[in-house]
Amino acid sequence: MSQESTEPILRVRGLHAAIEGSQVVDGVDFEVPATGITALLGRNGVGKTSTIKAIIGLIQRTGGTIELAGERIDKVPTHKIIQRGVGYVPEDREVFSALSVAENLKLAERDEHPNRQLVEELFPDLVKRSSQAAGSLSGGQQQMASLARALLNVNKLLLVDEPTKGLAPKIVQEVAEALTVAAHSVPILLVEQNLSVVRQLAAGAIILSGGKVVHRTDSATNFLDDEALTQRFLGVQSEEALEQAAETTSGGIV
Amino acid sequence: MSTLILLLITGVGLGALYFLVASGLSLIYGLMGVLNFAHGAFLTLGAFVSWEMSRRIGEGTWLTFIITLVIGAAVGGVFAALTEFALIRPLYNRHIEQVLVTVGLSLAAVAIFEGVWGTDPQYTKGPEWFTRTTDVLGAQVPNDRFVTIIVAALVLLGVVLFLKKTRYGMIIRAGVENRSMVTALGIDVRKAFTLVFTIGGAAAGIGGVLASHYFGYVSPALGGSLLIFAFIVTVIGGLGSLSGAAIASVVVGVLQQITNFYWGVGDFVVIVLLAVVLLTKPTGLMGKTA
Amino acid sequence: MSPEPTNTLPSEESTGERREPTAAVAVDKVARRVRVQPSHRVKTPGARIGVWVLGLLALLLMAALPLLNISIPGVLPTPTYQPGTLQLLAMCLLMAAAALSYHLLIGVAGLLSFGHALYFGAGSYGLAIILNNLGLPLLPAMGLTLVVALVLSTLTGMVALRVTGIPFAMVTLAFAQAGSVLVRRNPGGATGGEEGVSPDTAGIPDFLIGVANTRNLYWLSLLTLLVVIVVVTWVQSSRAGHVAAAVRENELRVRVLGLQPYWAKLLIFVVAGVLAAAVGMVFVLLQSGTVPRQVSADFTITLLVMVVLGGVGSKWGAVIGGVLYTLLDQRLSALANSSAVESLPAFLHVPLSEPLFILGTLFVLVVLFMPGGLAGAVRRLRERFTSNPAAKKN
Repeated sequence: MSQESTEPILRVRGLHAAIEGSQVVDGVDFEVPATGITALLGRNGVGKTSTIKAIIGLIQRTGGTIELAGERIDKVPTHKIIQRGVGYVPEDREVFSALSVAENLKLAERDEHPNRQLVEELFPDLVKRSSQAAGSLSGGQQQMASLARALLNVNKLLLVDEPTKGLAPKIVQEVAEALTVAAHSVPILLVEQNLSVVRQLAAGAIILSGGKVVHRTDSATNFLDDEALTQRFLGVQSEEALEQAAETTSGGIV
Repeated sequence: MSTLILLLITGVGLGALYFLVASGLSLIYGLMGVLNFAHGAFLTLGAFVSWEMSRRIGEGTWLTFIITLVIGAAVGGVFAALTEFALIRPLYNRHIEQVLVTVGLSLAAVAIFEGVWGTDPQYTKGPEWFTRTTDVLGAQVPNDRFVTIIVAALVLLGVVLFLKKTRYGMIIRAGVENRSMVTALGIDVRKAFTLVFTIGGAAAGIGGVLASHYFGYVSPALGGSLLIFAFIVTVIGGLGSLSGAAIASVVVGVLQQITNFYWGVGDFVVIVLLAVVLLTKPTGLMGKTA
Repeated sequence: MSPEPTNTLPSEESTGERREPTAAVAVDKVARRVRVQPSHRVKTPGARIGVWVLGLLALLLMAALPLLNISIPGVLPTPTYQPGTLQLLAMCLLMAAAALSYHLLIGVAGLLSFGHALYFGAGSYGLAIILNNLGLPLLPAMGLTLVVALVLSTLTGMVALRVTGIPFAMVTLAFAQAGSVLVRRNPGGATGGEEGVSPDTAGIPDFLIGVANTRNLYWLSLLTLLVVIVVVTWVQSSRAGHVAAAVRENELRVRVLGLQPYWAKLLIFVVAGVLAAAVGMVFVLLQSGTVPRQVSADFTITLLVMVVLGGVGSKWGAVIGGVLYTLLDQRLSALANSSAVESLPAFLHVPLSEPLFILGTLFVLVVLFMPGGLAGAVRRLRERFTSNPAAKKN
């Protein structure tokens, strides 16, 4: 609550975005404070990944404004946003599987003096496997490589999309620790489905539903402790609803 | 036996020509998603300009031949770079429109070639050694076949080294796999677009010079006729895969020569091969899996 | 991507559908897409009747042209009742019909085919070969040709539609190339090699033979175009047409809904092929012969240029593109041989004497600066001149 006095690093106002003409982000407003980890939560398909992609222009932004450290970036092309100091760790890792680990990292180096030391300390495994093709790594190792690509440079903001998705519990802890270390020096906007990781890492949280922000909190832990809220925004009953919806509407088209 | 060897080497030579066209096509498609119908025009212009130059500086010497290779590469590369810059770039990410402008360009270019050089073939003359044959296990193989194969192999080697050893090569390889992630690392991928067009155009230009000796003439239709088989090679090899293009080029070239010689059905066999590959492995021999 | 199991929130779906808010929304969106056809904008009843009356008048005028003495200097070589002009106009109508059959592929189903000439060639060569070798009268020969085209387009379509996008373009190109090679080979002397083949006049009724009967051929061409328009309109508004249009927008969604895009696309592919063959048959009667160019990739590209000039997705655009291209091609060839162009300096004379250079350049300019072709330009003009409230009401 006292954080309100400092300027947020990212300010998103009325953001709209579309994929192949269909609206996936529908007027999102939120701010990311200049320190710590902020979680972006919500059920599957509510537009979390799309919001992250829209911030850096990977999907078409159709309206609204985005400010990074007080400068507008909503009309700036992706590579220039990244160059201004944004690290992006995509969902599904997206390492270049035909390139070696070393090449993956080299490609990501933007700064004149990239912080190789930090990466080597955090992920000693990658050093051992630097000449191996990234496609031959395990899921956990690929996630390390993907994180390392972002941590090599000095950033104003990290956008990290589901870094623990599909990983074994032990690896999940390693990823969480790496994020904790990173958060000492750079604010992070984190999409995460694993709620115990959110509890462990996140200060504030933003909750999305139907392409809109429906709830904001400065304490992710308090939010997760409130069962009524989590039930409402991250709830369980959706599978049934999906089936019903499919049954009622699929008949009329052809 | 000697006939088979002759067919084999001639087939590899034809495959080398296909490769010089298909390598650029495949890289361009892999990185940018553009099917470049103008690629044959790069080849034809390289061949015609080289033919003009060789007539001016004196046909029939090795020096002239080497100079024309350089000129072919330069003409093809510059033409391709201009195409990318003026026609492809304004239509960024609109793949169908990008294909359409290259179709229009190839129509216009071939028409201009016909206007300038006429529709009849213009006969070429290489170094005297080209016209002789070399005995390979009893087969009398025309020497220009070897030159075609060696130059194409050198181009393959050069492109592979470039892709493996340079930063731009790395960007191109990464971009073929996942272009948006390359931009999400802060890299302006458009420079790589111009680069692959230039490299592809230069390879096609060299292919034009070699084809003009392999077939013995240049004509406005030269590029177009090679282009169709280069398309097939690119699909069989797997769109975006340089090694796939190399392997498929040789397979298609040899298969075409042999079946043409014995049964006269080479072109059909190639098309049947394409259908079989697509039905069993739609991404081609070494294509991207996604 | 990853094979590991996920340990996340309960409502995890497969990654392919993740972007969809819910299945219900997806269904709704596709349904809306399927129903709203770009070329079927809502019209008032008055406007609808107006369009029909206008169309009928245009048709009557077209049908009456051989009986009228209209001269349009610069566009038509002679007055309209003379054979030279009728021949050109008939060609315009046939090319419009061929372009319209191609519109079914690219405009309706979003299939970029580079092999459509194969089916046109199957019609023109097929009819000529059947007339020459089987001694059938014209109508049974035409029926048999259509059956051949039906089988050919079904078989090739079944293979080609296994892939989509650019690979589809290449496969269709390869099939057409096979046809082109076959025709040039002149198997059994049937296709006449590079010379092409002329149909035996024995089986053709007298009123379709000779320069004096050009107007009958003109009317036959007009009838062909009409039939193609009717069939294309019908296919576009059929269920298969709607599914294919939805696939063009977003194939994944249609699959998610459990629809079968493959069969809808195949149906459209086959109808387009058979229509092209029908046009090819009339073409061979009009030209009293056919040449390998009619099976080549160049001819498909010509159809593509016509459709893009008119505006991809627009039925009338394809018709107008076909007419305009044919007229331009013919008139530019005449211009190329004129003394005015001959006397120009070489750097002007060479490009201007190549009709394909001018058409190719025009095509590039349209793609770059006139998205939506002629139909797009007309739509933008109309939007500019209609008042805003009316636009909002739609």
